[in-house]
Amino acid sequence: MSAEPRILDLGDSAISVEFGQIVDPAVHRRVMGLNAAIVNALDDGRLVGVIETVPTIRSLTIHYDPLRRRRADLLEQLQPLIAEAGELQISGKKWRIPVCYENDCAPDLQAVSEQTGLPPATVVERHSSAAYTVFMLGFMPGFGFLGGLPASLALPRLTNPRTRVPARSVAMTGQMCAIYPAESPGGWRLIGRTPIEMFDPHHGDSPCLLAPGDAVRFVPVTRVEFDALRAEVEAGAFSRERLVAEDPDE
Amino acid sequence: MSERFLEVLDPGPACTVQDLGRVGYQAIGVPHSGALDALALRLANALVGNDADAAGLEFRLVGPSLCITGGPSLIAVAGPATGRLSGPEGSAVTPIRVDPWRSYRMEDGWALSLEPEGTCFGYVAISGGVAVSPFLGSRATYHRAGFGGHEGRPLAAGDRLPLGPDNRSVRPLQLRSPPEISEGPIRVIPGPQAEYFTEAAWKTFLTADYRVSREADRMGVRLEGKTLEHDPNLGADIVSDGLADGAIQVPGSGLPIVLLVDRQTVGGYPKIAVVASVDLRRFAALGPGDAVSFRKISVDDAEQALIAREQRVAELIANMVEARSPGWIDVAALWTANIAGEAVSGLHDDRGDGHR
Repeated sequence: MSAEPRILDLGDSAISVEFGQIVDPAVHRRVMGLNAAIVNALDDGRLVGVIETVPTIRSLTIHYDPLRRRRADLLEQLQPLIAEAGELQISGKKWRIPVCYENDCAPDLQAVSEQTGLPPATVVERHSSAAYTVFMLGFMPGFGFLGGLPASLALPRLTNPRTRVPARSVAMTGQMCAIYPAESPGGWRLIGRTPIEMFDPHHGDSPCLLAPGDAVRFVPVTRVEFDALRAEVEAGAFSRERLVAEDPDE
Repeated sequence: MSERFLEVLDPGPACTVQDLGRVGYQAIGVPHSGALDALALRLANALVGNDADAAGLEFRLVGPSLCITGGPSLIAVAGPATGRLSGPEGSAVTPIRVDPWRSYRMEDGWALSLEPEGTCFGYVAISGGVAVSPFLGSRATYHRAGFGGHEGRPLAAGDRLPLGPDNRSVRPLQLRSPPEISEGPIRVIPGPQAEYFTEAAWKTFLTADYRVSREADRMGVRLEGKTLEHDPNLGADIVSDGLADGAIQVPGSGLPIVLLVDRQTVGGYPKIAVVASVDLRRFAALGPGDAVSFRKISVDDAEQALIAREQRVAELIANMVEARSPGWIDVAALWTANIAGEAVSGLHDDRGDGHR
């Protein structure tokens, strides 16, 4: 039997239901199980006053309107949902995302190589042969937290975070990997860059390329290929569908 | 009826289109944005006959100058700001002083200029609202990712924004008194990682005076002052979890950061506390060097304070009266008389304490 989740105050308009404090796929499945139960209840018109839910790797944050719902009343209604929610394994699309691991696209590759004791080519090889899963989106629009980074590449955040991480940088820290959708401050280690947009406000289906549950693999490309793909993206001539893996077993 | 447009003559340093924000997209990393002081925008909207969630202009430091064409409009300014209405260049219209918390009629082609001095923060609402295309259900500008508002960015001179159809029957209105200004320490509720901080850190947090640093924007306010020590067994890093407006995260530096409406949706630093909703709007008016201190309250007390405040706001809106000028000729004199004669002295506080 899994541990009881903790219900944490997040001010007077939100609570977080915490299932664990570490990165663990089983914890994440419980988060997604409760999220599904709450979304269902919302669709049925129950849970008056709940505004939105934000699933993370280890917790579910529930935002609500305290003018429509007092905390005590909300908790009472959530208790049975929390008690009954099971695990949910979500799955989604399978993406193959081109990444240039060369020179100025990979400002931290040399340092990662030194700190892991692996030659740069081996870092790239391991990074690009791993299978990643999108745990959640957050931090900034379209920023996916990808689990599955090989343990041999795990390093802490930079001691001095950058004030400007270039848009579309492929970054890693700890057990996680991510792509910065836009320029931002950030402390993750930058080992590549993709020409693909992670967040496109004008895309018809969803502005975000990634969704929780999606599978991701990185495909190394040369700088010349990177530039050609980037030109296509900027010209609006690139379709996301080209990134979907053809082999369903991959 | 012809379409009306707002033309930006001078935007000031930081003027954006904002409404009450984007709801339902935090799960894909999209912050809700919207007005930093939602209450002020709601009141400005009420004064011009708009729905509470109509889009207006939020400004910081220095207010904008703008012109409205296509027909008469009502405008209202909210916040510690004053301005001036003037007719088209070469016209004989005597400029009219504009005070906050009441609406004015602007004729076709008139201009509104907010005074560059003494202004630090506020809203301009225009009847019909700013009618830029909504993105993900809101017109709020989120500049960091370049969407919402007008082209996803702060306004620039020469921008021309469409206005929505307005309620032509509304006459200029005024509040009986400006909205209350909370004073004293900011009320906070202990956060989800309250136990990450030592007893000494908690004592410091609830007694020390902090100052707003230069790093203060719509995303958050970094504070300067005494550092807060994390429990050495737990550290200053957590696996990212959800955030809320007013969440106070404390990274390894030990200095608190208060997150505001353009905040990230999840974060990896322990949250010592979260600002009570009722006090969140106070951060809108704070600038570098301003003092901040904190006081702990319960969720129950925070709810009651918010409910009571909303009750008073509803009364303010229900009790709006027609602006007491015969036209708009001598509004300044009337307004001055009004301040002298009625219990609206809070207006002066509004420009003083807490607003630089």
